[in-house]
Amino acid sequence: MNKLTVSLSPHVHSGDSVQKNMYGVCIALLPAMVCSLYFFGLGAAVVLLTSIASCVLFEWAITKYILGRDKVTIIDGSAILTGILLGFNLPSNLPIWIVIIGALVAIGVGKMTFGGLGQNPFNPALVGRVFLLISFPAQMTTWPVSGTVGYLDAETGATPLSLISSGQIDKLPDHIDLLLGGIGGSLGEVSALALLAGLAYMLWRKIITWHIPVSILGSVTIFTGILHLADHTQYVSPELQLLSGGLILGACYMATDYVTSPMTPKGQIIYGTAIGILTVIIRNWGSYPEGMSFAILIMNAFTPLINNYCKPKRFGEKPRKEAAK
Amino acid sequence: MNVILIAVIVLGAVGLVSALILFAAKEKFAVWEDPRIKEVSEVLPQANCGGCGYPGCQGFASACVKAAETGSLSDLNCAPGGQAVMEQVAGILGLQASAAAPKVAVVRCNGTCDARPHGVEFDGVHSCRIQNMTGMGETQCQWGCLGEGDCEAACLFGAIKVNPATRIAEVDESKCTGCGACAKTCPRSIIELRPQGPKNRKVVVLCNNKDKGALATKECKNSCIGCGKCVKACKFEAIELGTNLAHIDPDKCRLCRKCEDECPRGAIHAFNFPPRKPKTQEEQA
Amino acid sequence: MKTFSIGGVHPEENKLSAQSPIRQASLPKQAVFSMFQHIGAPAKPVVKKGDVVKVGTLLGEAGGFVSAPIYSSVSGKVSKVDVALDASDTRRMAVYVDVDGDEWEESIDRSETLVTLAERPELDSKTIIDKIKQAGIVGMGGATFPCHVKLCPPPGQKAECVIINAVECEPYLTADHRLMLERPEQILVGVTLLMKAVGVDKGYIGIENNKPDAIALMTEKASKYPNIQVVPLKVQYPQGGEKQLIDAVIGRQVPAPPAIPINVGAVVQNVGTAYAVYEAVMKNKPLIDRVITVTGKSVKTPSNLLARLGTPFSQLIDECGGLPQDTGKVIGGGPMMGKALISLDIPMTKGSSGLLIMNDKEAKRAEADPCIRCAKCVGACPMGLEPYLLAQVSSQHQWEKAETEDIVSCIECGSCSFTCPSHRPLLDMIRLGKTTVMGIIRSRSQK
Repeated sequence: MNKLTVSLSPHVHSGDSVQKNMYGVCIALLPAMVCSLYFFGLGAAVVLLTSIASCVLFEWAITKYILGRDKVTIIDGSAILTGILLGFNLPSNLPIWIVIIGALVAIGVGKMTFGGLGQNPFNPALVGRVFLLISFPAQMTTWPVSGTVGYLDAETGATPLSLISSGQIDKLPDHIDLLLGGIGGSLGEVSALALLAGLAYMLWRKIITWHIPVSILGSVTIFTGILHLADHTQYVSPELQLLSGGLILGACYMATDYVTSPMTPKGQIIYGTAIGILTVIIRNWGSYPEGMSFAILIMNAFTPLINNYCKPKRFGEKPRKEAAK
Repeated sequence: MNVILIAVIVLGAVGLVSALILFAAKEKFAVWEDPRIKEVSEVLPQANCGGCGYPGCQGFASACVKAAETGSLSDLNCAPGGQAVMEQVAGILGLQASAAAPKVAVVRCNGTCDARPHGVEFDGVHSCRIQNMTGMGETQCQWGCLGEGDCEAACLFGAIKVNPATRIAEVDESKCTGCGACAKTCPRSIIELRPQGPKNRKVVVLCNNKDKGALATKECKNSCIGCGKCVKACKFEAIELGTNLAHIDPDKCRLCRKCEDECPRGAIHAFNFPPRKPKTQEEQA
Repeated sequence: MKTFSIGGVHPEENKLSAQSPIRQASLPKQAVFSMFQHIGAPAKPVVKKGDVVKVGTLLGEAGGFVSAPIYSSVSGKVSKVDVALDASDTRRMAVYVDVDGDEWEESIDRSETLVTLAERPELDSKTIIDKIKQAGIVGMGGATFPCHVKLCPPPGQKAECVIINAVECEPYLTADHRLMLERPEQILVGVTLLMKAVGVDKGYIGIENNKPDAIALMTEKASKYPNIQVVPLKVQYPQGGEKQLIDAVIGRQVPAPPAIPINVGAVVQNVGTAYAVYEAVMKNKPLIDRVITVTGKSVKTPSNLLARLGTPFSQLIDECGGLPQDTGKVIGGGPMMGKALISLDIPMTKGSSGLLIMNDKEAKRAEADPCIRCAKCVGACPMGLEPYLLAQVSSQHQWEKAETEDIVSCIECGSCSFTCPSHRPLLDMIRLGKTTVMGIIRSRSQK
């Protein structure tokens, strides 16, 4: 007989693991990935593969040579996920070297400087994306039109948000195109339907809870709805706002990042609502046409504070009336 | 020119007003602190070990100053600083330092891996206090060292370490300050603070097993079985038999080492004595 | 379908022995009776070496109000009164009896005939409680809190209902399930006795709906008792926790400690306890045996055994096909809250609801990864705590912070460690914090 093992209860485990969650999100992103390949062809493939490969490579190199850890963390899937999300936030005609710089900033600055998975205060993919947006504004804001197959020579055009921003509301594509993805924009943000399918998958697998996506989408709808009712010549309708740009991508996949979002349902709703409101403010009155990335990063900074003040409801905290007597 | 002048005047005025507010605030909300607290605090080792029972050296300094009003420092002792520091503290406060014998920690367990086999395997956080919650732990002895190193983590001076070969904590007496942090954290209260003794010499029962003799023999080859032979051998009545466990009173022990020879289990150890005639097989660090 | 309102998990049920009827286990050669079979003061041995005892002879008297007497479950001779390794994995005082024959005390009624409360109108609340106290009945679900203490509410508190815990939310265990299928009428009489003892006219039996046969049978038999209601509950761990069960059945939440269930008018007893109460009051039989599930994926015949207390676990395993070759861990109780045993010679006690044998692969915990702050532990905690935070402050020895974060409310159900995708030993750390903080609170109240 073997030596008996003793340990404290519980003696069983759900079988859940970091890998299962990370790869689960990757699977949820597959439909959107297929859409991006369909609409942007070669460019999408090049940008995505570069982004994923360089994220994984940087994570491996930094863990091994700079932090000097033996344990390889690239198999946990978080670097792959960061790579996919970073790629999804880039235009498909971006030169490879810019993508690599983005991956270095995302993994190097956004994640590993803080100690790796679980320690980073900001969403790494967004750190990389915003870094690129500020450093290479020209390349980052010329988006190929949907349906191109080329890479660097792709035909470029306006996105729904830049049209809104420049006041050309009448030129906007119709709702069906917005839903399916026949519009210009970053890789992953064009097809709302594919992203929502992935959200449904994540909710079904219980990878995330509904609180953050619903509170973001809800607050955006309400806020833009009020603006639209107040002045419909200047402010577009809520459904256009919801379906355009990176809003759904951000609400379902970036804001819900485990590490950088609050821990309690109450906190998550506050966080989501604040992201929604900030996004609409930046979109309407800021100098950038898209505010999702900034809104999420700003709220990431508030996450520790939210965690400190938003406590879950304790069992029996407020005894009910019958209980009091 | 005019612009520069205005800037200077405005800034100067703002500075002056701020200075006045700050000065007023300092005067109004000043908290008087006995200057001796700072003086005392400066001579303390600043290890903040908590061995004195106060929160850090600052807390100990205030306690000393407070005690000075009663005129005695007898209840206060800074273990890491030792006698020298306490004399300095007493000097600042104009008092006499009471003579406190310096102490060191002694791990009262000698149940090495071959004497006390690890029959089961603990799977969990490496902490003695957590392993202790499982009951017996890995060995058959519910009294002995668990070897997960909570004392090692508690020690601020690197003076106690778990020997991976024996899986028992060992004290480096040259580094031990006798602050007692390890003794407080040990879930089985194995660690005892004992006076350093002349030339660091001391004779100790290295066992904490309170089980009856037959059981204690089964549990560990090096256990004290409470047979009482040492009690009879001691001419100075320094050894007392508790619950199946002998204990040597350091104040009465004259370091004659009679008990060591008498113990049938080899549970009594003499520390820091010169090597004996060939008969002795124990060598102590 | 009702369930409790906060958190919860759903572990794989693995009720391997659900279809195996209760078997009588054979008598041991030597039975060992620990004096620590309950929460509270230990029992005091009243026999000495050489005494001849029968089944039902008193071995140890209660050591106080919160305590319970211990009776011999075998007949034979006391061989010694000494320490013995017990189910808590420590050596504590016990009585060893060498078995010889099977002679019972004459006061015990061994007939199978059902006696109902209507046939014994002379029984009043005090007599019932006294009999329960005399019989040494404790909470049979595993908590082993002396039964009579819960039936005597502190002054100023009034019970409104009795809730019977037939949830058996622990995976693998089927002892209560089989008991309900095979002794439903006795259990119902036991419930009426408990209701009479606390002076209430409402009784609930909470059963999880993974036992549809038990729900159907109990509902059918309970139709004779209009005051007893069978409540089917959604399968959710830890529904068998006292506070969770009250929340699930009558929708009231027991406030944070030091509040106890009676503060919301509920008295919770296990279904096994109800059966023991029936036997004690109606048949004069002290608590000397119980149903125990011996199970595990590698066990040849997972079974439910009616075994005498004091029987060594090794013998129970032998009756179920012997110890499997690949045994890695043996657990007394269920996998979520049970205790890993260090030896198979440990005797079964009043609280032994199960014996689970895990193979060497299941026995080891996976290596812990860093916390990814996924908040799954927060979602799983049935007490509305933040396990990740409690574990963190405990590992940093921030006891004040742990106290303000309500660490003492933790019921140690293990849902957090169970659900953690990073396999972090959250409950280990929380237990450390909880024991330390409780010590701090105790020393503060003494000052």
